[in-house]
Amino acid sequence: MIRRLVLWLDDRLGAAAFARQALRKAFPDHWAFMLGEIALYCFILLVLTGTFLTFFFTASGQDVVYHASGAVDASLDGVRMSAAYASVLQISFAVRAGLVMRQIHHWTALVFVAAIVVHMTRIFFTGAFRRPREVNWIVGMSLLLLGLAEGFTGYSLPDDLLSGTGIRIAYSVALSIPVVGTWLAFLFFGGEFPTPIVIGRLLVIHIMMLPGLLTAAIGVHLAIVWHQKHTQFPGSGRTEGNVVGSPLWPNYAMKSAGLAFLVFAVLALLGGLVQINPVWLYGPYTPTTASSPAQPDWYIGWLEGILRLFPSWDIRLFGHTIPGPFFPGVLFPAVFLTAILLWPFIESRVTRDDAPHHLLDRPRDVPWRSGVGAGVLTFAALLTLAGSNDVLARFFGVPVERITDGLRVALVVVPAGLGYATYAVCRDLKAGERLPERARFRIRLRRAAGGGFEEEDAPGRAGRSETGGKGTS
Amino acid sequence: MTGPARTGIPAPHPAAIIAFVSSILASFGLTIVYALGGQPQLEGTLLAVALGGLGIGIVVWAKELLIPEEITQEREPEPSPSAVREAAEAALRAGGEQITRHRLLARLLLATLGALGLAAVFPIRSLGPSPGRSLFHTEWTPGALVVDDVGRALGIHDLEIDSVVTVFPEGHVGSPVSQSLLIRVEPDSLTLPPERLAWAPQGYIAFSKICTHVGCPVGLYEARSHLLLCPCHQSTFDVLRGAARVFGPATRSLPQLPLMVGADGLLRARSDFMEPVGPGFWDRP
Repeated sequence: MIRRLVLWLDDRLGAAAFARQALRKAFPDHWAFMLGEIALYCFILLVLTGTFLTFFFTASGQDVVYHASGAVDASLDGVRMSAAYASVLQISFAVRAGLVMRQIHHWTALVFVAAIVVHMTRIFFTGAFRRPREVNWIVGMSLLLLGLAEGFTGYSLPDDLLSGTGIRIAYSVALSIPVVGTWLAFLFFGGEFPTPIVIGRLLVIHIMMLPGLLTAAIGVHLAIVWHQKHTQFPGSGRTEGNVVGSPLWPNYAMKSAGLAFLVFAVLALLGGLVQINPVWLYGPYTPTTASSPAQPDWYIGWLEGILRLFPSWDIRLFGHTIPGPFFPGVLFPAVFLTAILLWPFIESRVTRDDAPHHLLDRPRDVPWRSGVGAGVLTFAALLTLAGSNDVLARFFGVPVERITDGLRVALVVVPAGLGYATYAVCRDLKAGERLPERARFRIRLRRAAGGGFEEEDAPGRAGRSETGGKGTS
Repeated sequence: MTGPARTGIPAPHPAAIIAFVSSILASFGLTIVYALGGQPQLEGTLLAVALGGLGIGIVVWAKELLIPEEITQEREPEPSPSAVREAAEAALRAGGEQITRHRLLARLLLATLGALGLAAVFPIRSLGPSPGRSLFHTEWTPGALVVDDVGRALGIHDLEIDSVVTVFPEGHVGSPVSQSLLIRVEPDSLTLPPERLAWAPQGYIAFSKICTHVGCPVGLYEARSHLLLCPCHQSTFDVLRGAARVFGPATRSLPQLPLMVGADGLLRARSDFMEPVGPGFWDRP
């Protein structure tokens, strides 16, 4: 049966030649190579759960009166709200398996972006972005940006008080762009905020445009990985000119399939047991109220943080204004993300290394790069922390002004310090490896007949009794 | 684990059996829970067991039962052989020359595509109205009654000292652009520019509720310190000094709404705000 199908296909597509090679393709084994796969499987789960949710979601800002279906949402019975918010409540309370689907979808979105970030971190610290993989670094970075946009548009859809405030902030940031900002904001929102039309537009972007782009970019990303073959860590028999690993079929395929289901399982457990985005507690969005504390999903935290930390600067010239939020809300992310996007080219310019690399670095092998990476990660983490400066203030019982000023200082000092520390540690680790004499510090102990320990005579360490003395205490 | 099976196949790993069987049972359980009306925590847990059992079973299979195999394959260098590169370049050029040698037509083709592209851009304009002057005014008009969120007109006896209420112009309850805060303070405690003192009759003073940073409603009022705090990014405004910014990323004070007291003792607006409310934008002077 299978044989006949294969023959039938090969008669028409000539697929056997490809299949023979593909099934035996070597995939290097390392736990860190699975991080990108986790992101891929999250995307698949997002499409599956998202499709289910789409069947019940109403993308409309039209006013409706809600009718509660149970005890949990009883407090919202008779409340006026948008049709979008009402439909999310219905998904949560009236649609069977709706809540678990919604929560799995939300959790998966959080893990999706996290997996991309951790995967990129791995790529960065191992130098996997170097020639010839600069193109795929750019595709990967595009995937991160698309993922961020997917996340933001997605959590904006329920039109609850928290997400509505987020849309409000996005509108104001768009408004802050010099020259074209007002027009951009009015065109996208269909007028002055708030507009009932915007939820519908966000839905089109969230379920059609961005998923289409994501699917295409993931296809390109994987095709390039396939074509260029995976990188590998140095080791016996591994060279720049070969690739050593498990064959795709069955070893790698089975392991990867197992990973997929384990990822799904963890996300199902989170979605079932750990409450996420309980919009019924936030209430419907009204432009005259805001909740406090208000934090966005984690991957928007760095943008929220820079909005909170940036000094209050308006630039006024010739009867025009460049509003303060433009600098942290538009200019800073544009520069920051562009720098990351162009990193492969920046590094090769600095190192004057334009040779192809298929063997990975360990973080210690290039101390300065690891230092930069640690600094940038610390910087982003501090900004994310700053996105919760009000929560921190409450937690530590310190005025929010102190926290903000402290974070401003920390934003300069801590990334530089941690970056340098990382550099120094990597440099010492690297230097230490080059000295074969290090072996002499290894002490071998032997249990003596009397019960204590005594040192074994090891070759190459005769006459180093001072370290031996410590060892036998 | 390698039992003496008759064809030399290793015996099935018990962990894989347990995992697969658990998965099957959990899937049946899931069906039953769903049929009985559903329960989110049970659904999530059973789904996790069903998927996790499948995952663990496959991983155990891959790790314990598949023959471990390490294969080494050669990489081909990325660049194509130089002859191929040159041939590709030549093909591109030869084809291109057939197009560019008709210079007039080639330029016309570019112009045609450009014109079409330009024409195709215009429908974007349909997405929204022209901003015009809409950001420069609100629904507050001279003489408009100051009403609360249920439309009740407010008079000079309706607020205690140091209390605050969200107000709207009569007929526009809930308006996102006109929303304002009405606060009553001791008249003597106000430090305002002279021309704005008359805007706060008997200590009733009103400000736009829209934060000048990124537009969140400035919802928190601390009566003791007379500070208004925006919950989004902690911009803080001093009510007694005309809602001047004292902390946070906002760059401007909250605009003050000119108020007056009518003969009936009800609060009314003298006029609209004297400056655009809310976050900044390019055309704001």
